[in-house]
Amino acid sequence: MIEIDIEATLSTFALAAKFIAPTTGITALFGRSGAGKTSIVNALAGLLTPSRGRIAVRGKVLFDSAHKINLPPEKRRLGYIFQEGRLFPHYSVRGNLLYGTKRTDAAAFDRVVALLGLGSLLGRRPGDLSGGEKQRVAIGRAILAEPRLLLMDEPLAALDAARKEEIFPFIAALRGALDIPVVYVSHAMEEVIRLADTLVLVDGGKIAATGTVEALTSRLDLRPLTGRFEAGAVIRTVLRGHDKVYGLSELAFPGGRLRVPHVDLPLGTPLRIRIQARDIVLATAPPSGLSIRNAFAGRVVEIAPDKGPLVDLRLDIGTAAEPVMLWVRITQRALADLRLQVGSPVHALVKTVALERPSPGGGRAFGEAHEAV
Amino acid sequence: MLTLTPVESAALLLSLRVASAGTLFSLPLALAVAWLLARRRFVGHQLLNGVVHLPLVLPPVVVGFALLVLFGRHGPIGAWLYDVFGFTVAFNWKGAALAAAVMGFPLMTRAMRLSLETVDRRLEAAARTLGASRARVFWTITLPLMSPGILTGAILGFARSVGEFGATITFVSNIPGETQTLPLALYSFTQVPGGDPPAFRLCVIAVIVAMAALLASELIARRLDRRIRGAP
Repeated sequence: MIEIDIEATLSTFALAAKFIAPTTGITALFGRSGAGKTSIVNALAGLLTPSRGRIAVRGKVLFDSAHKINLPPEKRRLGYIFQEGRLFPHYSVRGNLLYGTKRTDAAAFDRVVALLGLGSLLGRRPGDLSGGEKQRVAIGRAILAEPRLLLMDEPLAALDAARKEEIFPFIAALRGALDIPVVYVSHAMEEVIRLADTLVLVDGGKIAATGTVEALTSRLDLRPLTGRFEAGAVIRTVLRGHDKVYGLSELAFPGGRLRVPHVDLPLGTPLRIRIQARDIVLATAPPSGLSIRNAFAGRVVEIAPDKGPLVDLRLDIGTAAEPVMLWVRITQRALADLRLQVGSPVHALVKTVALERPSPGGGRAFGEAHEAV
Repeated sequence: MLTLTPVESAALLLSLRVASAGTLFSLPLALAVAWLLARRRFVGHQLLNGVVHLPLVLPPVVVGFALLVLFGRHGPIGAWLYDVFGFTVAFNWKGAALAAAVMGFPLMTRAMRLSLETVDRRLEAAARTLGASRARVFWTITLPLMSPGILTGAILGFARSVGEFGATITFVSNIPGETQTLPLALYSFTQVPGGDPPAFRLCVIAVIVAMAALLASELIARRLDRRIRGAP
């Protein structure tokens, strides 16, 4: 567990952050620029001293103002990957990688070098690496220091789209091959959906909510934080079938199957997909004679008290045991005409072509209980 | 071909010895003061800054006289040094080195402080998250990254020391073979009839030494810079 309960007065705002997150998988701190995400991570790392509070990771107390405990950064054993890499310019790539190692473990070194594809870079200087290569070296350097937790502060923010794609698999591998828990700071929902298991929403120096990505992205009250305009809930699925003739794949979730353009991954792969609120059509009767292939029966769970011409609804299209929440945006006019209320049965229609590419994610297949946070 | 007379070579060697000793002696001290001024805020920060810069703005004779008063055989520090260690700097080459060190100190500290202020503290923070103690961060990150500034400071201090005249002649006088450095020897020649040709020869020697030091420092600085920036 990562336990944080801190207060700090910073130049621009007051930070008062309290949350508990699991030390399995990737925990994303998500929020706008200047919300206080980096300050929280700096407090974890020991680079910022809170005025009051307590920080513990996996039972180890790193900071406790009541007991006058404040471990220096070098005693905390938390790896930190910064947005701008921060490689040491006067060391070679090999020197950077070895900087934090306590003992010479050639096998571990070779494994990390192979995992991150650094073999051909070892003799080079940070000055002549590309942005993506620098971040890979920074990740390797942090891992080789054998941290109990990895902190990543927007490690992809300085990279272009192609370089980001180059790094994603390596971050995902941290969860898989190395089993190092990660706290990942981001202001890009796309990265959170692809990588995070647990989501911590940070707003104005405070924690707005903590929970699974699926739970928080479907909550209507958190819309201002999770994305008003790119609104959409994330659902967890498993790749169940391929339709070779039509070039489609089937993603199963409790309560139905979603057809999406072909996904080139083995069957059984857990996938997460965001369904945008504006891409869903509602019907009160089972549809027929439509081109839409994805139709799911469900019921209205919540109607947002929205003013203006549009309104957001939350639907449950899952089973009684495992609810699956969708977030739908329709006009107030449609809401009135269809006489929708909380509890109304509806059919949600999703155009296959509107779906975003699903992301390998979650680490766990659906059905496994998510630990309470 | 320039062959040196015994007087010339004695003056030249003494100058180099005095300047080297003075520079080596003040290097760690200047580094410590530069670090304090760049990284710490404390009561008396401005005062320390002022004291360090004094030799730069005071007439060198004033500095020499102050040293004479403090470090002379009967001065408060000089007497103590002699009583406790049996060591004196009065009227010998060590005194000349002390005068050179004091006069070069502001230049040395200033160059080091400026380079220390350009060291990216975020790199130091990164090193600490990798498990490095403050001391290790200093030796492996801070010091190498400010090495061009240390070199510049050392060269400036050394050059200032070789050229030191006023403080030296006031503090340790002008004793051939003991405290008569190159500028002092040059000055002596200009005070006697027919001394112009030997004075001119010493001038040429001074120019050669200065040029050699400048070229060497330029070469080393470029190499250090390349190491730090990581260019091939």
